[in-house]
Amino acid sequence: MKSTRRDFLTTAATAAGAAAASNLAGAENHEHGHEHSHQVVPSDMALRVKSLESLLVEKGLVERAALDALIDTYEHKVGPRNGARVVARAWFDPAYKELLLTDADKAIAELGYGGTQGEHMVVVENTPAVHNMVVCTLCSCYPWPVLGLPPVWYKSAPYRSRSVIDPRGVLREFGLELPEDVEVRVWDSTAEVRYLVLPQRPAGTETLNEDALAALVTRDSMIGVTKVPDVPQGGTA
Amino acid sequence: MNGVHDMGGMQDMGPIQEEKNEPVFHHPWEGLVFAMYRATGAWRKWNLDAARYAREMIPPAEYLSMSYYEKWYAGLVDLLTARGLVTRAEIESGIPAKGSSKATPPLTVSQLLESVAKGTPAKRSVSVAPRFQSGQRVRARNINPVGHTRLPRYARGKLGTIDRDYGAFVFPDSNAHFLGENPQHVYAVRFAARELWGDQAKLQDTVYLSMWDNYLEPA
Repeated sequence: MKSTRRDFLTTAATAAGAAAASNLAGAENHEHGHEHSHQVVPSDMALRVKSLESLLVEKGLVERAALDALIDTYEHKVGPRNGARVVARAWFDPAYKELLLTDADKAIAELGYGGTQGEHMVVVENTPAVHNMVVCTLCSCYPWPVLGLPPVWYKSAPYRSRSVIDPRGVLREFGLELPEDVEVRVWDSTAEVRYLVLPQRPAGTETLNEDALAALVTRDSMIGVTKVPDVPQGGTA
Repeated sequence: MNGVHDMGGMQDMGPIQEEKNEPVFHHPWEGLVFAMYRATGAWRKWNLDAARYAREMIPPAEYLSMSYYEKWYAGLVDLLTARGLVTRAEIESGIPAKGSSKATPPLTVSQLLESVAKGTPAKRSVSVAPRFQSGQRVRARNINPVGHTRLPRYARGKLGTIDRDYGAFVFPDSNAHFLGENPQHVYAVRFAARELWGDQAKLQDTVYLSMWDNYLEPA
């Protein structure tokens, strides 16, 4: 049983290598800018997944429409713009910020967000003295309702391994050099609590409305690996 | 399990590679794997902890070489076969076994989307008493279970302070193996970076972990 599974996984990994190679070949073709239509050979993973999909549909275990609807939800409806709206509201409205920091679930639900992988939210505030950043060293835990599905780097070995032992080095790779006396606070998402960083409101945004503030907020600033940059005086957001 | 998935504190894994304008899914099959995992979850044949454990069981060399959704695919196939929704032969042929009856999904499309929008809380309103209070000094237990655990190696045996009590949650170490939810309190526990990593860490830096009662002992 065990060896069967191992063989199966090895095949999957080998297939992955082949798929990567065929993707590279494809990319090269595109770089030549040829206008003619060329046959795209599906990768082994694409074939395996298609085969599983048709099996599950044939067996009545899933509906194709459900799969499409789920993909559409996470490609188009859930994403970091949700989190940006939460942050902008907190910057704009001190009472909302207070609620967000004490009862994040309630505050986030007020803006209509919530659900899978965001059932138990905690918001941590960056200040001149404390810089928060979020990781999941054990897998890929991430607050989906407010940030969407995580980027590849967040789920990758380099970020998962080094964030806890060398957070300042990791932040430097993102272009953020923090002053020596700032406390770096790393939140390792080891349970079902999901963290959202409330970034510092940048300078030069005093006159901006909530929509303009939301437009400034980046995904990475809400993971805590970057700051929201200051807006130059006289500049427009 | 002291597996390769428990990565906190490892070094030399290479630079962090950011991708500008990254798509949610890099290939249509990745979206399908994600969606199939969520949709088959509606059969309630497994739970989130069991799904994590299935991915942790991928042998280390493969775990490190597979992409994220390749791991999800491997984990999904493992869950589907181990929990009896499909057979290995069906996976290989892509065709239902002869004479097998056709099921009806437990949730309609709109019910499935509702369940995603509602979420699946792991918090339990049970009257189990917390063993620790905010501000209390604690030590993370030195345990090395071969099953699923959410207590990372880098924190085991280390001294920390209870920052806050999050309430009672399903205990993954038992739930992943279908041995019951065993709800107990989860705390944010603050560790000085120096306690974890020694003098190379900055004096004021900290790492916060979420830890179940069973992971902690009084210090």
